Amino acid sequence: MAEVLVYVDHVDGAVRKPTLELLTLARRLGEPVALALGPGAEATAAVLAEHGAVKVLTADAPEFADYLVVPKVDALQAAHAAVSPAAVLLPSSAETKEIAARFALRTGSGLITDATDLEAGDDGPVATQAVFAAAYTTTSRVSQGTPVITVKPNSAPVEAAPAAGAVEALTVTFGELATGTKVVSRTPRESTGRPELTEAAIVVSGGRGVNGAENFGIIEALADSLGAAVGASRAAVDAGWYPHASQVGQTGKSVAPQLYIASGISGAIQHRAGMQTSKTIVAVNKDAEAPIFDLVDYGVVGDLFDVVPQLTEEIKNRKG
Amino acid sequence: MSLRIVVCVKYVPDATGDRSFADDLTVDRDDVDGLLSELDEYAVEQALQIADEADDAEITVLTVGPEDAKDALRKALSMGADKAIHVEDDDLHGTDVIGTSLVLAKAIERAGYDLVITGMASTDGAMGVLPAVLAERLGVPQVTLLSEVKVEDGTVTGRRDGDTASERLEASLPAVVSVTDQSGEARYPSFKGIMAAKKKPVEALDLSDLGIEADEVGLAGARTVVVSAAERPARTAGTIVKDEGEGGKQLAEFLAGQKFI
Repeated sequence: MAEVLVYVDHVDGAVRKPTLELLTLARRLGEPVALALGPGAEATAAVLAEHGAVKVLTADAPEFADYLVVPKVDALQAAHAAVSPAAVLLPSSAETKEIAARFALRTGSGLITDATDLEAGDDGPVATQAVFAAAYTTTSRVSQGTPVITVKPNSAPVEAAPAAGAVEALTVTFGELATGTKVVSRTPRESTGRPELTEAAIVVSGGRGVNGAENFGIIEALADSLGAAVGASRAAVDAGWYPHASQVGQTGKSVAPQLYIASGISGAIQHRAGMQTSKTIVAVNKDAEAPIFDLVDYGVVGDLFDVVPQLTEEIKNRKG
Repeated sequence: MSLRIVVCVKYVPDATGDRSFADDLTVDRDDVDGLLSELDEYAVEQALQIADEADDAEITVLTVGPEDAKDALRKALSMGADKAIHVEDDDLHGTDVIGTSLVLAKAIERAGYDLVITGMASTDGAMGVLPAVLAERLGVPQVTLLSEVKVEDGTVTGRRDGDTASERLEASLPAVVSVTDQSGEARYPSFKGIMAAKKKPVEALDLSDLGIEADEVGLAGARTVVVSAAERPARTAGTIVKDEGEGGKQLAEFLAGQKFI
């Protein structure tokens, strides 16, 4: 059976959920061989094996942490040479997309980014994408080289599928470009204790209607009652009410949770681009004409300062 | 010595229009008005600010696209860029990101550069990988997705805000930089800028000027094939209620029915 190379996104050995989802998709195409780089790479093996990795290639070197992107491209290239996979899959993040793209150029391969589904096809993997702010759905395939495909979070379920997961050390030779961009310092993002925005099953977002940083507390309270992540529209971020890391939209994060709750968000194209593929969409907005209501499964026309706290209270009551 | 800055910009279909696909499954550019990609305005702005800080700098704005793409160049020139390069060729129709990076790299090398600046992504393709591929092609450092950027003494430094951490980056010139919409509000062209732009030079190039064969780009050279494109079915009309004091409770009822509570 063909091998499929899966790039592992992890933080100090803790594998992030999108990689486990990717293993589900990789198994449709062949036998997943995982590539884990940097500190804690070997510690990823157990969970990767549980989710179908037949082999886990690992490499660690100071270059991975000290320089931007290119050392990881060198490693992916080394893994590709060692495995000759039928496809190379990466979870979609800003960094992994850059790794994928440089790798594709080097290896004469085609690149598809931000796939939302993946199936085996007669001429290689067929990837589904949502384009033009999710107004269109396309399917594409790679016609040259090894298909290189990045997949968005929440595109597949995480499934247990125990496999050998034998750890093998990969030898990586760094090229001249590897040390081009130095990472002078790195400040880890402070944890809010809430789920990561792109990985969360439920996202609660606030927009212009929240009307001030001090009012985001009611959005956070609703999120906490549901165990959800908090998002914000570009208007709220530009106004300085909430950090950019929480921005949902074309220039922020793209999310596709099971449930998306938009409060005080009109639904401009910028925002729709980042949330339109959510499974269930709910909105609260004073303006009955807001375009967000065209997308919703359930909408409440009303003042979010009345509706949201009442909703939070009711959820708490029901959860007892 | 003069700091040579090349800003890559893209002419894209207006995102507020009804964007669609042509019969050959390429982006339909005829039915929707185009404009300079909003995210590229941030790149032009940062180029202008870097040039202001430098003793001597020249900003060339570069685009690859059809005749109309000149509008994007004019906008950048009216913001304050010095000159423009327009690569136009019928054989470019359907070029993918890998092919686009080839055309840009050849044009950039031909122009000469110390610094290449781009936006974080186009607002149509939205892949966000062109800057990285361009750096790979040019064989220079990538300093990408910066929310802050500074150029001093032949070094570019910046801040990149990632999913799990914020990083300070540093590289020697020449380099490829991309900036996010957090890098600073882009200026509006002044009347004076708009008038001055009309007199600024726009150099026209085609594939033969760049030594690129037709089959390296366009649909023929694309490494990916779009198999199908379909408009997403309109969402079925949802339930919309007016809050008359029970809106939050009604919403909770809906969420409970959907098993979210």
